[in-house]
Amino acid sequence: MTSIAIPPGMPQYGDVPRYDVAKVRADFPILDREVNGHRLVYLDSANTSHKPRQVLDVLAEHYAMHNANVSRSVHTLGTEATEAYEGARAKVAAFINAPSADEVVFTKNSTEAINIVAYAFSNASLRPDADPRFRLGPGDEVVISEMEHHSNIVPWQLLCERTGATLRWFPVTDQGRLDESGLAELVTERTKIVSMVHMSNILGTVNATSRITQRVREVGALLLLDCSQSVPHMPMDVVDYDADFIVFTGHKMCGPTGIGVLWGRSELLAAMPPVLGGGSMIETVTMAGSTFAAPPARFEAGTPPIAEAVALGAAVDYLTGIGMRAIQWHEKELTAYALDALGTVPGLRIFGPAVPVGRGGTISFALGDIHPHDVGQVLDSLGVQVRVGHHCARPVCTRFGVPAMTRASFYLYTTTEEIDALVAGLEQARKVFD
Amino acid sequence: MQLDQLYQEIILDHYKHPHGRGLRDADDPADRVAEAHHVNPTCGDEVTVRVATDGEVLHDVSYDGMGCSISQASASVLHELLTGRDADEAYRVHEAFVELMSGRGQVTPDEDVLGDGVAFAGVARYPARVKCALLPWMAFKDAAARAGVGVSPSEVKA
Repeated sequence: MTSIAIPPGMPQYGDVPRYDVAKVRADFPILDREVNGHRLVYLDSANTSHKPRQVLDVLAEHYAMHNANVSRSVHTLGTEATEAYEGARAKVAAFINAPSADEVVFTKNSTEAINIVAYAFSNASLRPDADPRFRLGPGDEVVISEMEHHSNIVPWQLLCERTGATLRWFPVTDQGRLDESGLAELVTERTKIVSMVHMSNILGTVNATSRITQRVREVGALLLLDCSQSVPHMPMDVVDYDADFIVFTGHKMCGPTGIGVLWGRSELLAAMPPVLGGGSMIETVTMAGSTFAAPPARFEAGTPPIAEAVALGAAVDYLTGIGMRAIQWHEKELTAYALDALGTVPGLRIFGPAVPVGRGGTISFALGDIHPHDVGQVLDSLGVQVRVGHHCARPVCTRFGVPAMTRASFYLYTTTEEIDALVAGLEQARKVFD
Repeated sequence: MQLDQLYQEIILDHYKHPHGRGLRDADDPADRVAEAHHVNPTCGDEVTVRVATDGEVLHDVSYDGMGCSISQASASVLHELLTGRDADEAYRVHEAFVELMSGRGQVTPDEDVLGDGVAFAGVARYPARVKCALLPWMAFKDAAARAGVGVSPSEVKA
């Protein structure tokens, strides 16, 4: 790598926020274990992240000391559980700079969060008195992109089938960037919502959203950003991004599985009809009909994942304590290192941006003609855990003409030594199959 | 983990030099021909298996597909083991292979029945890869049924 002198007066490299990675790693018990006789090298954090002791402790303590149902009990335990649950909501809101904690709806995961929005459209489309922004029919359009995770494709396909609306999408360039060249023709007065990924789970691309946001505002559509891969890895400010909805999931950001987030502008959430019906989401119920609670409760029918939400709050505290800007820089350095290192492997082809700009620490590649399953198997025999397959983004694989890809993804605890282990493992795979 | 238990020479050899690859028309125009296309939704592997039969003998078991070494080698072995067999014999081989793959490494394969298929004994220890090995065999089962020769009724949960 070449080093470039940064002119005086500009932000210097040393000014970048940093943290002690070894100290962070010590917080994650699982990083001490061995796999197949080798030290664990976990390069699958885009799939799910590991959990620090600070989060595991909160999860255990909630069940051990504060377990009760929320929002319905007058007793002490119920009050403690409710305070912890609502406290987690406030932490999550602050984490993404949401103007109000009431704009944070707890869901099961990103998939459920997207489905809530899609079904709100669906339900509104059946009611003539519903807010017209959520009413869809023939002639209306929904816009996504070719680089979406299946969770941001299938709900909209189903919605369009139900309503007669048309699904359209941004293509992807050969470099793995979003092709915005057709923006003006793609996002038009017919567009009701643009739902797109902020950071691709397969290409690693971080999409620049401002031009799209501007166009969305011009045509009066809504914008949903799938931030499943971005919120865990970089600072997020929903006001700054000027989105209408964002979704993300707890388990990719040091939190437990079973908890996700739908953030929406309060006036939009208030205009959305309910999706799941049941307890906790009502205002009053008679045998003849019901009225519904204000958001976020309107979208949280039934007993929610209480302990998971509380532990997500602990994960937010943990990440905030280290600093999202510092985590982002750590991963940027790792990505630069990994792109260089992978470039030394003969026959390796990277899918997605080849430079560490406008991309995150998720790198998919092909190793010659060796099938990703086989690559992953050889790596696993050396303790290196990567994801192989179509990564729930099959259209991206199709776009690049491969049935599957191998993906290495990094997080705050990943080290350059682990990337070295990956590269050594790839050499091993070439030996087995060449 | 012993990687060579999984990637036995026989498997790598079938993968690098597949036998009978490519979908073929029947030599005998009187044959019934049917095919089935199976995919592994978790990894995107695909295989098409075509059977040409007069109802008793499997005159040809041809295939095409793309996927990992295990699935592609398995298709090559499938072709080699079942082409030219009576449907009844094919049934027994199919059953033996499915049993081997479902055995979590506890089944000792019979080389007289399974031939090169015995090399897949190691694969049975890797639950994530059992589906790869079975993909062409399950496609074959559907193709054979469509061609009017029932093979191995057992469904496999892998």
